[in-house]
Amino acid sequence: MFSGFDFDVIARAQPYLWQGMLFSLGLTLLSMLGGIFLGTLLALMRLSDHKALNIPAGSYVNLLRSMPLILVIFWFYFLVPIAIKKLTGDAYAQGIGPFYSALIAFTMFEAAYYCEIIRAGIQSVPRGQVHAAYALGLTYGQAMTRVVLPQAFRNMVPILLTQGIILFQDTSLVYVVGLTDFMGAASKVAQRDGRLVEMYMFAALIYFLFCFSASYFVRRMQVRYSVSS
Amino acid sequence: MIEIKNISKWYGAFKVLTGCSTKVDKGEVVVVCGPSGSGKSTLIKCVNGLEPFQEGEILVRGVAVGAASTDLPKLRSKIGMVFQNFELFPHMNVTDNISLGQIKVLERSKEEAVDRALALLKRVGLQEHALKYPGQLSGGQQQRVAIARALAMDPIAMLFDEPTSALDPEMINEVLDVMVELATEGMTMMVVTHEMGFARKVAHRVIFMDKGEIVEDAKKEDFFGQPRSDRAQQFLSKILHH
Repeated sequence: MFSGFDFDVIARAQPYLWQGMLFSLGLTLLSMLGGIFLGTLLALMRLSDHKALNIPAGSYVNLLRSMPLILVIFWFYFLVPIAIKKLTGDAYAQGIGPFYSALIAFTMFEAAYYCEIIRAGIQSVPRGQVHAAYALGLTYGQAMTRVVLPQAFRNMVPILLTQGIILFQDTSLVYVVGLTDFMGAASKVAQRDGRLVEMYMFAALIYFLFCFSASYFVRRMQVRYSVSS
Repeated sequence: MIEIKNISKWYGAFKVLTGCSTKVDKGEVVVVCGPSGSGKSTLIKCVNGLEPFQEGEILVRGVAVGAASTDLPKLRSKIGMVFQNFELFPHMNVTDNISLGQIKVLERSKEEAVDRALALLKRVGLQEHALKYPGQLSGGQQQRVAIARALAMDPIAMLFDEPTSALDPEMINEVLDVMVELATEGMTMMVVTHEMGFARKVAHRVIFMDKGEIVEDAKKEDFFGQPRSDRAQQFLSKILHH
């Protein structure tokens, strides 16, 4: 039944597709790290008693979570260069390029989601633990980094990774600013060789295998953690 | 050493402490008792600033706990505290639990901190558990580690917030024994507990609280001999005859 298909197209395009996959993984990893770092700061701000900290953080999270991701990417790609031109008065000022636009957009977008995950994680650590840390004379920063965050992250690892899997799928959106990730590479080969069915089926299979095995790994880990604690 | 002057505290509109005043002298052991919800845990947590209060003043060796200029972490590092639910750090082994404050707050070297931790573990009879995690220990063992963790900071006074309430009955004594030993060595202690046997044995004074007020503040002999208030008498008859 596959006599009309040419699966060899995949083998021929393999180096190009692999490059695209490396790009997808790299962008996912960098945005995850950036998003978790920024998200942790936002979570600490949101949990703060100071209005000057929790209101801006709360507004940021609510704003970003109300935006489609693609709009945030456009923002950084199209609007930031305009802002730079206006601010510096230099009509020939360059933007930050598609890669950094995408990286910053993903990082800032993911930070809003990570913030909410991490906030819940911090709140899951019993108040008595904070009291015990303070009672020893630890400062707020020491209590957070030594006592609260290590426990919070341990509880959160599965959810953080699940969010990472969603992020991996979302990175396929970078084609809108002309970057070539795995999905983009598959798409370009499909168009060039006129092999839409083969390439899109192959892309779907790879995404499925990757994300399914990653979620399976996360579930396994969840079971393990819940048993040990 | 600890002076509590006319403390009042509200949770929103609800008043949890009403004009509480007392003091704990150096070397004195003061037991705080009273029915649940009487504010005794809240009061003891005000002493090292874990709970803020709206009115009054608490002085620890002359330093005002609630003052904005007070270096609260420094003050807390001098007051050991033991909690009802132990609150050991579950992601660290026993030795690290006892070393953390020594290294981060007192800036002792790692070796020095570990040496001290092991010495204290020996003292509470748990030296062979030095590398275990809190989850691997019984409640009584965890609470003894918690006492060692507090002692490692060389505190000038110790606060105990219902240290045996979360323990199975057969484990209460191993914790009380450590506390009695501390008391007889002259440690200044403020202990929230229902263990009247402990109070009889080592307390100098007993404070009885009810509904956020200090109803009775008497020498041990007077308190157990003839409490002046009806409420204290009722409370004692309830917990002593069952």
